[in-house]
Amino acid sequence: MPSISPRSPDVLVLGGGIIGLSTAWRAARQGLTTTVVDPAPGRGATHAAAGMLAPVSEVTYTEEPLLRLGLASLARWPEFAAELEAASGHEVDYRTDGMLDVAFGPDDLTALDDLAVFLDKLGLPFERLTGRECRRLEPMLAPSVRGGLLARGDAWVDPRRVTAALLAALDRLGVEVVRRSAAELVPGESGRSVRLDDGEIVTAERIVLAAGAWSGALQGLPPGLMPPVRPVKGQIMRLRSPAPLLGHCVRGTVHGSPVYLVPRGDGEIVLGATQEEMGFDTRVTAGGLWELLRDARELVPGVTELEMCDVVAGLRPGTPDNLPMIGRTALPGLLMATGHHRGGVLLAPLTADLLFGDPLFGDGDGALASACSPDRFKGYV
Amino acid sequence: MDELVIAGEKFSSRLIMGTGGAPSLEVLDQALVASGTELTTVAMRRLDPGAPGSVLDVLRRRDIKVLPNTAGCYTAGEAVLTARLAREALGTPWVKLEVIADERTLLPDPIETFDAAERLVADGFVVLPYIGDDPALARRLEQAGCAAVMPLGAPIGSGLGIRNPHNIELIVEAASVPVILDAGIGTASDAALAMELGCDAVLLATAVTRAQRPEVMASAMRGAVEAGRLARLAGRIPKRRYAEASSPMSK
Repeated sequence: MPSISPRSPDVLVLGGGIIGLSTAWRAARQGLTTTVVDPAPGRGATHAAAGMLAPVSEVTYTEEPLLRLGLASLARWPEFAAELEAASGHEVDYRTDGMLDVAFGPDDLTALDDLAVFLDKLGLPFERLTGRECRRLEPMLAPSVRGGLLARGDAWVDPRRVTAALLAALDRLGVEVVRRSAAELVPGESGRSVRLDDGEIVTAERIVLAAGAWSGALQGLPPGLMPPVRPVKGQIMRLRSPAPLLGHCVRGTVHGSPVYLVPRGDGEIVLGATQEEMGFDTRVTAGGLWELLRDARELVPGVTELEMCDVVAGLRPGTPDNLPMIGRTALPGLLMATGHHRGGVLLAPLTADLLFGDPLFGDGDGALASACSPDRFKGYV
Repeated sequence: MDELVIAGEKFSSRLIMGTGGAPSLEVLDQALVASGTELTTVAMRRLDPGAPGSVLDVLRRRDIKVLPNTAGCYTAGEAVLTARLAREALGTPWVKLEVIADERTLLPDPIETFDAAERLVADGFVVLPYIGDDPALARRLEQAGCAAVMPLGAPIGSGLGIRNPHNIELIVEAASVPVILDAGIGTASDAALAMELGCDAVLLATAVTRAQRPEVMASAMRGAVEAGRLARLAGRIPKRRYAEASSPMSK
């Protein structure tokens, strides 16, 4: 017999990754009573993520809309990080020293030249560096690095610290984080209701589906509203250095294979990441780690001396066009904040603003909102 | 255009696509549609065929036949195992056999490839082996029962075009199974040249998926393959050292 819950918040957020928690925090700060449901908050893709906020150095042909979203969210990060640290008393290791993208082989350098032309065409700021200039910035880079590209505006943050800070900030605002799974969307008398895995029914005016790669698993979604989100596996490792090894985020291409190293204030170095279409498989494999180490060692030979602290595989929520799904759906009261693929950490402040920000946005936000409208996949699944 | 027939199966498109390197599934989908392909190869080692929302769903939705491949295998043993898993998962005995010799060049290992081909043919597979541009090996693989041979134009992803057109012609001359030019295509003229040399089809991926505008390049490749095929069927004029007036004044 399902119990009728005393919980009936204004906003119920399904999913406690960086997207769900940021959205809940924004909603709560707008004075809306908010509840989050997640069996293990912050333990999904956010737990694996490196936390690069690098729309410029990660830009790809055909993905200018994603670039525009990324730039809009990157601009929100300084304030987001400062407010979050103040509200939670937690530091999030937000750093703005820029991303250095380096090339290893001659073919990699040609690809970097191509990227520079593309960045120029898009009017994005960057500096072109020789191999020696790269090594003056980052002396631990291998002498064989041929050249690089510095995106000074790109930044990074520690997603695990952001999650901890968001949970603390939510706690201070009295937002409840229910550590259970949402099983099914059920018709409610007023607003929308969700049945949790223990049978409890929670009714809310607005429900935000922010369950990452699992967003398609919620039962009871009307046909056509199921988000076409698939898991994209990423293996990533965390090393620890007794002395600072790198001052920038370093991304490189080694014989066509991309790898990145993200240094943290506490000596941690994050090394990532594979991209695999393996369903809900989260096994860490020998081959996955080997590829990361193989490429990282070419770029920064010293990495092999570091202590290995953590290896993990996470599941990014990928959509067919790599853009997130943010906003209202055809079902009144149901909102989506999912499908952020590789950009969940970067896009968290923007996502929260698009869903629960002040209505008085700048002109640009209308275009951003329509680029990630959940409606665009109507009839896709 | 005349039909391509591989192992008794007919295709009206002579452009076979690969899926690697596309920035997103949507971009891939648009490119596949623009290419007009009816057969597309998918790397089974980097994919769980049971996972929903993958590239296989895109192919199913577009009614494109899936050609599983064994990319990433370094031994005949791995390749045979991968082919069997693919057959089980996808229900097709077709396999593009790819056994790589080293990761820098990604050139095919002829000995492992031949070994795997023999075993897969004996096991009832329709085997399409990826090989170097070696006429002798192509002939031996045909004798071993392969349904087609797939010589490279240049290393995978290099975009260097057809480095040894003469060898491709020799393979075409001797073959009685389809010859599919696989790997090395950089732009449309490369694909047209492959067809003019007498190849029965062209397989490409990177040239489209990593182009600045993949959908547009896919259309270009479709046109190039058709143009090259028609030129081959039409029969080109011999090359001459000096001019010959196209409208002679007198006989």
